[in-house]
Amino acid sequence: MLLREGQFRNPSGCAVTGVIDRSGKGMTGEGMIEAISVMHDRSNGLGGGYAGYGIYPHYKDFYAFHLFYETRAAKEQTEAFIARHFEIVYSSEIQTRRIPTVTDEPEIFRYFLAPLPRKLANSHLDEREYVARCVIRVNSEIDGAYVFSSGKNMGIFKGVGFPEDIGRFYRLEEYEGYAWTCHGRYPTNTPGWWGGAHPFGLLDFSVVHNGEISSYDANRRYIEMFGYRCTLQTDTEVITYIIDYLVRKRGLTLSETAHVIAASFWTTIGQKDAAAREQETLLRRMFPSLLVTGPFSIILGYEGGLMALGDRLKLRSTVCAERGDIAYIASEESAIRRIAPDLDRVWSPAGGEPVVFELYGKEGRAQ
Amino acid sequence: MRIDATNMHFADLNAAVRNDSEEEIVIENCIGQRYIAAGSSERHISVIGTPGNALGAYLNGTSVRVEGNVQEATGDTMNCGSIVVNGSAGDATGYAMRGGVILVRGDVGYRCGIHMKAYRENKPAIVIGGRAGSFLGEYQAGGTIVVLGDRRGGKPIIGNFCGTGMHGGEIYLRCEEIPPLLPAQVRAERVSELPEDVRSLIGAWCGAFGEGAAAYLNASYIRLVPNSANPYKQMYTDN
Repeated sequence: MLLREGQFRNPSGCAVTGVIDRSGKGMTGEGMIEAISVMHDRSNGLGGGYAGYGIYPHYKDFYAFHLFYETRAAKEQTEAFIARHFEIVYSSEIQTRRIPTVTDEPEIFRYFLAPLPRKLANSHLDEREYVARCVIRVNSEIDGAYVFSSGKNMGIFKGVGFPEDIGRFYRLEEYEGYAWTCHGRYPTNTPGWWGGAHPFGLLDFSVVHNGEISSYDANRRYIEMFGYRCTLQTDTEVITYIIDYLVRKRGLTLSETAHVIAASFWTTIGQKDAAAREQETLLRRMFPSLLVTGPFSIILGYEGGLMALGDRLKLRSTVCAERGDIAYIASEESAIRRIAPDLDRVWSPAGGEPVVFELYGKEGRAQ
Repeated sequence: MRIDATNMHFADLNAAVRNDSEEEIVIENCIGQRYIAAGSSERHISVIGTPGNALGAYLNGTSVRVEGNVQEATGDTMNCGSIVVNGSAGDATGYAMRGGVILVRGDVGYRCGIHMKAYRENKPAIVIGGRAGSFLGEYQAGGTIVVLGDRRGGKPIIGNFCGTGMHGGEIYLRCEEIPPLLPAQVRAERVSELPEDVRSLIGAWCGAFGEGAAAYLNASYIRLVPNSANPYKQMYTDN
């Protein structure tokens, strides 16, 4: 039997891209499909995916769970678990389109959920923590079920295939959101699994990632002390949990988070002015086990914004660009030029330098 | 010949270039196609748009001019010929270059000119109009890199770790002060008079982009060369 994600380490190449209209106007997922098609050869057909923000305006107050089911038993068990913890406001199979190159898909369901008030009160947990724990329980305890999206007014769509095909499979032309991210995967020694595709998400955080981090086990050992369960052995999963831990649980800003996971070399910190030096030194000392080393370039999506971040040695490329209200991020400039030939500004951020694009009037609201 | 690269896969585009008998080729609407002009000799290729990675890899005598920005690994291991970029360049420009010239009007990304080497008459050269990212000339073994430092917007002319592990060749920076924190294996000195070959490289850059040469030739330069008294030992372990 072929080994799957979670049973061995899975290094990968990949392409990432993202777009946000900071005025909040909606756009369909087609732009991302078009952009990622330019970087087709960075993927090998074993994974593609998207995250869209602002796509469920009619259900924006409910947690949107997207689930993969491999067996009927997994579905029954998961739905019983969900019913014990949430009010199910609406549920249905996610509409897909037959694509010849997209095969062996699991059953894909969507639920809009509100935590059961009494259950939530008895748990003595903050609502988001309650939801996050439920997601982690399904993913680590129910065999054959996988929650791959769990935020409000956002959704992840992913699978095994080239990203262009996965986008058409999920009919992304029918969704409108103010921000999107996209990933094309190039796992080099895996059969590929639907749950192992990117983006990886928890609550409204989603991460797409290009690279191969060398600190995986150090990061995993530390983060699992705080209730997270790394079930997939992928870099992206552990990076998502690190960001969730630092931003949601510890209250760090995105820029502080960047200084933890892509901390500058001590010599570089030493050149900075006193305030920055003191802050970056403090962050490196507080969270040394969350320093992520090795090549990575990620795009973090969250309610209201996107952040691009690369490793401090810049071992993977990232290009950012702006045209009016719209901001773009991609592994290659050509992907941006395909959907926006004329740009006001295009630049490559330095290694470890976060670039944050947020909805106007919502700046700094990464919580 | 003119080739419209719209919706063309890189393999088809490069086959069209290779199979064309004309010396002059213009590629229009270029969008992300990799390996353009790779290994090519005795052609003149103009590219309009945004070529993909490894433009002019192993270039062997062809001259390439790009109207637009280029991505990663431009001129990777190129042998001879020229690449002129009327825009900026991504990471690892001129990686392991063995000969020829790369002229970039704007900035270059990280690791420009790393592992450049020279042998007898083969002396690679890169002239950068703007600023260079970190690791410029890392492990440089030969050849010449010139950074002119235009339009820096308050940022330093080079990033961190310039010339780490450098053991040959030279880097010229058009600036007044020696940049701080150069690695110990690099010796920095003020240039009293630019050597003739560097003047001619700067002249070629000015000619390629229609810039007046005076401001660039009559300026203060810092030269970086390997400090043979203090050879390279290690970088990554002491993080």
